[in-house]
Amino acid sequence: MAIRVSDLNAAAVEIESISKRFGQVGRMRQLMPWRKPTTPKLALDRVSLHVDTGRITGILGANGSGKSTLIRILATLLTPDAGRACVFGYDVVTQAADVRRHINRVSVEASFFKEMSPWENMLYAARLYGGGGDGTRSRVEAMLERLGLPLDTLDKPMKQLSRGQQQKVAIARSFLTSPSLLLMDEPTTGLDPRSKREVQDLVTSIRRDRAATVLLCTHDLQEAEVLCDRVVVIDHGRVLAEGTPADLIRIHAGPDGGSLEDAFMRLTGKRLEEDEEEKEE
Amino acid sequence: MIGNSLRWELNAFTGFIERQKNLYRRYWAWEAVWLLYNLVSVLSIGYLASGLSTLGLEPGHSNLQQAQLYLLVGALLWTYLSMVFFEIAFAITWERWEGTIEYTFMAPIRRLTHLLGMCAASLIYGIARAALIGLALVFLFNLDLSHANYWAALAIFAAATLPLLGLGIFTSILPLLSPEKGEQMAFAVQGVLLLISGVYYPITVLPGPLHLAGILSPLTYTLDGVREALLHGLSLTGALPDVGILLVMGIVLVPASVWCFGRAEERAKRLGLLKRSG
Repeated sequence: MAIRVSDLNAAAVEIESISKRFGQVGRMRQLMPWRKPTTPKLALDRVSLHVDTGRITGILGANGSGKSTLIRILATLLTPDAGRACVFGYDVVTQAADVRRHINRVSVEASFFKEMSPWENMLYAARLYGGGGDGTRSRVEAMLERLGLPLDTLDKPMKQLSRGQQQKVAIARSFLTSPSLLLMDEPTTGLDPRSKREVQDLVTSIRRDRAATVLLCTHDLQEAEVLCDRVVVIDHGRVLAEGTPADLIRIHAGPDGGSLEDAFMRLTGKRLEEDEEEKEE
Repeated sequence: MIGNSLRWELNAFTGFIERQKNLYRRYWAWEAVWLLYNLVSVLSIGYLASGLSTLGLEPGHSNLQQAQLYLLVGALLWTYLSMVFFEIAFAITWERWEGTIEYTFMAPIRRLTHLLGMCAASLIYGIARAALIGLALVFLFNLDLSHANYWAALAIFAAATLPLLGLGIFTSILPLLSPEKGEQMAFAVQGVLLLISGVYYPITVLPGPLHLAGILSPLTYTLDGVREALLHGLSLTGALPDVGILLVMGIVLVPASVWCFGRAEERAKRLGLLKRSG
């Protein structure tokens, strides 16, 4: 099912000027003038993007910048208001079924049936992706072992696992389906340093093996610098810059050089932490 | 190609049944509480019928036994129908609550497979639970089933499955479109079905508009038919009109509900409603 990198000429992701606005007044709402009016929020503003097959592309942006909206559009969970997005040449709206066969997603919140065990959750996922037969259990065990998860957790309810362990199971679940495009939405947010490192090592191994194309949304500038072949900086729904981390630092970090954080600050006029603070307030 | 595709969908269909089985097993304590609640509800109706003697009917009187059987069949069937309806209608709510809704909707399977998988799991579980309660009734009440025609009852019961699934899928649209209020609206639909479908009384006692609504409810024909078969030995041929009406309703309701679910899914994706809550 997975698309081999060498088999493909098409871009993994091709986005042409997509926009998405939330909170628009629908036809039904127009018939109810007594309802409190909502202010529409522009989540994506004519975003265009090209992601090469077999690469790890980082989407760097603060909270509310449009990163997750972009991921959810590519995951066929949201439809754009305008523009077009294709995954391996398949349109995410009109050919959603074809897109779904080639993607999987790891979200910031590990989403599972919490009373079920990792094995039961993964078996369910495997079934939805044409698997679940003989050998699934051993594949799951091998994958979890690689992620440093003790095998005795395999049959415990998910709710008994730590946040880091749950996130590892989420990553293992996505790999079980052999996706050609892996959409990772802040997979290391909230993890302890050790778990974070293990997840990052796994992403590094994906890059080394060219096992899949990865679109990695992250807050962590250091993580982006280390893991990503290319980085796209996004703010208020617009792409501000894109290139290799080295290019972004060279062009945007200032005359004295600096880090990706310096480049990000110059591009957006703020630090990522500022948005975190704003959100907490 | 078609064979592979079918195998893929069947595998996913099995996955939904397997998932529900695991969930029922993991939530066994809750399930036991619900089973007890259902059992107690049905028994209350049974004893209510026994208590009718205090209103002038002699204990052991054939009318009293008929009334008791009438109410018990209604209560048992409603337990089954409402449980299946609940399980299907709350499939979306449940996934929102667990946070898995996006993963299920992102999976490369047909929505029909998803919905039918959920329906199949609900039917199997509903039948098992209703059978346990039915068994308890046989032990606790002196039921006169000497006139019963089980084959006719079974035929109507089987035919009722289709429209029941259609109604369940229709109701599951509510939590899809309204993450906050959909669940409560599904409860309201269930309540209306209880009122109009003649669970504890013939729909002829209902005032005009409710009577008309009762005529349109597939549950009315299910309850009427099964009661006639168990109480008065309705023949298999005699059951055919009810079976026919239920099948026609099912043939209309199932595709219509799946189509509407598809439109609702499109709307949810447009408005960004496919996300976890709770």
